[in-house]
Amino acid sequence: MTKKPWISLGGIGVFAVLLLAVAPLVLSDHWLNNLGKYCCWAIAAVGIGLAWGRGGMLVMGQGVFFALGAYSMAMHLTLESAGDRVPGFMVLYDPLAPLPAFWEPFRGAGFTLLAIVLLPVVVAGILGYALFKRRVKGAYFAILTQALAVALATLISSTIRETGGDTGLSDFKYFFGFVLNDPANKIMVFLIAAGLLVVCLLVVWQLYRSRFGELLVATRDAEERVRFLGYDPANVKLVAFVVSALMASIGGAMFVPIVGIITPAEIGAAASILMIAGVAFGGRASLFGPALGAMAVGWGQSSLGSTWPDGWTYILGLLFIVVILFLPNGLSSLPARFAAARRRPEQKAAPSAATPELEEVRS
Amino acid sequence: MHVDALIAPLLNGSAQGALLLLAALGLSLTFGQMGVINMAHGEFLMLGAFAAYLVQQVITASDLSIPVALPVAFVVAGLFGLLLEVTIIQWMYRRPLDTLLVTVGVSLILQQAALQIFPSQGVPVEKPGWLDGQLTVLGYDWPLRQLFTILLATVCVAALSAWLKHTSFGRRIRATVHNRDLAETSGISTRTVDRLTFFTGSGLAGVAGVAASLIGGTNSQMGAQYIIPAFLVVAAGGIGQLKGTIIAAWAVGVALSYFAYWTTGSLAQVLAFILVIVFLQLRPQGLFTVRTRSLA
Repeated sequence: MTKKPWISLGGIGVFAVLLLAVAPLVLSDHWLNNLGKYCCWAIAAVGIGLAWGRGGMLVMGQGVFFALGAYSMAMHLTLESAGDRVPGFMVLYDPLAPLPAFWEPFRGAGFTLLAIVLLPVVVAGILGYALFKRRVKGAYFAILTQALAVALATLISSTIRETGGDTGLSDFKYFFGFVLNDPANKIMVFLIAAGLLVVCLLVVWQLYRSRFGELLVATRDAEERVRFLGYDPANVKLVAFVVSALMASIGGAMFVPIVGIITPAEIGAAASILMIAGVAFGGRASLFGPALGAMAVGWGQSSLGSTWPDGWTYILGLLFIVVILFLPNGLSSLPARFAAARRRPEQKAAPSAATPELEEVRS
Repeated sequence: MHVDALIAPLLNGSAQGALLLLAALGLSLTFGQMGVINMAHGEFLMLGAFAAYLVQQVITASDLSIPVALPVAFVVAGLFGLLLEVTIIQWMYRRPLDTLLVTVGVSLILQQAALQIFPSQGVPVEKPGWLDGQLTVLGYDWPLRQLFTILLATVCVAALSAWLKHTSFGRRIRATVHNRDLAETSGISTRTVDRLTFFTGSGLAGVAGVAASLIGGTNSQMGAQYIIPAFLVVAAGGIGQLKGTIIAAWAVGVALSYFAYWTTGSLAQVLAFILVIVFLQLRPQGLFTVRTRSLA
């Protein structure tokens, strides 16, 4: 299926050099921090590309897994900053409030890292198993995942004593022993996030060219046929869903030390839809599309979203309509489209009218 | 425990269920027929609520304005739905999941437009005087507003099912739901049917909006809070049949109400969500399904 996988690998290499070597040298601290934030969204977006672009599962609630990673990390960092005392926001309402039991294990760095990895895997595993085995798919799956994101955001908003509620968790001073205010440590945190993004790209690059990747695309395009060939589409989808959940969790975990705050607004339905917007914009089924699209939308969100919030919402809405209506494969399909249009202008009309589905994807 | 402590969540929940039913009715119609989830459905509900507010600016007597607002809201929301169908959705019937996302974009734009046109804290919709009283049921003072919601939902369901069952247009809609290709082969213009279904479904959202404006606030965010519960109702009820939607709406409304009574409002949402997931485990196609030969 892949024509030249090594070209894509070279692309990842160039991307890695730009991100890990050039960006820290060129960009100011402020912009490097912003870029780190976009990297976190991009990590989650790479997972969405896997589940949605390749697997056909429209995951509209990745904020849930983003939250699992983010809040695990945030609880650890809060406890690390608080030292032996109970975190400040808890004492606010009740000076003698004990630390909630589920906070206690997050004192350990090892447990926290394990939770960031295992929590999304377990939750996505159970949810995915329950849904895919019963052949819940399409719009049902999409809305159920979004309902989960809404439910979790509501739950966090309302448990202000345990999770900080709408104000979220913030004021982190240390990151696994490193002082977060130190510029050198900030660059280190950025490098970790950027490095993880590169790793995620490598993982999906390998997945896409493996037999699993072919099976995933086959499941997306003709689930029944895959079933009749003797595979269980539920398992294929489950693996893709779990991997995408894990990536969202990692993105969330890195989001916390870089941005310095996590609130329910960052993980609710709107935030989850924003992640989808980036993936759709960049090109859901391509290798780089989701990551680059998420970075572009992330940039729009944090620059236009704060200076011109009204206009940004319109742009975002139009982005959805225009991209999905006219460019279902996002910006990444533009070069191929131009090339095809130039190569055979006279033959083009027939196939494009007959096959409105996603065209065969190449990485 | 008092009797009214048990009866209050039941009655409140029934009213909540009726509101959910009104919101889900149109959704179930369009989703059942076209397999298209219209995420802007919640915003059509919002349009209905704002239409009620605008009607009240013209007809200041609130006793009269709400009965006038109901058909106005139906037509306004319906026309917006028709516009959406003609401009965008009709090009995307082969890509139902993408339609979901396109309508997410539409809903973002409508929300933002409402936020800028109307005051951001929302607008007040006057309740008519004849809805002020209470009805005492087993020692519980039940607000008449809630009874009105239930009556409105009942009327809408009755009208819709009569329309579907006894008119030739209703027959065409049912035929299209059951088997689109065969319906088309039999000479039914599925394009016209689709448009009319979309108009009706969106219009029902507008009616739901008027009911919602009498119970909660009228603001740009109100649609967003109804779309997901409404869809869960549709999913749990099964598509293509009204009775499933009715039972599911009532069950979800009452369950939410009891959960909220025993725990907190937000935990109730989480519990209701889990309930629907578990229910879909038992019956993945919902309560009632139209049996077809299609796979999955």
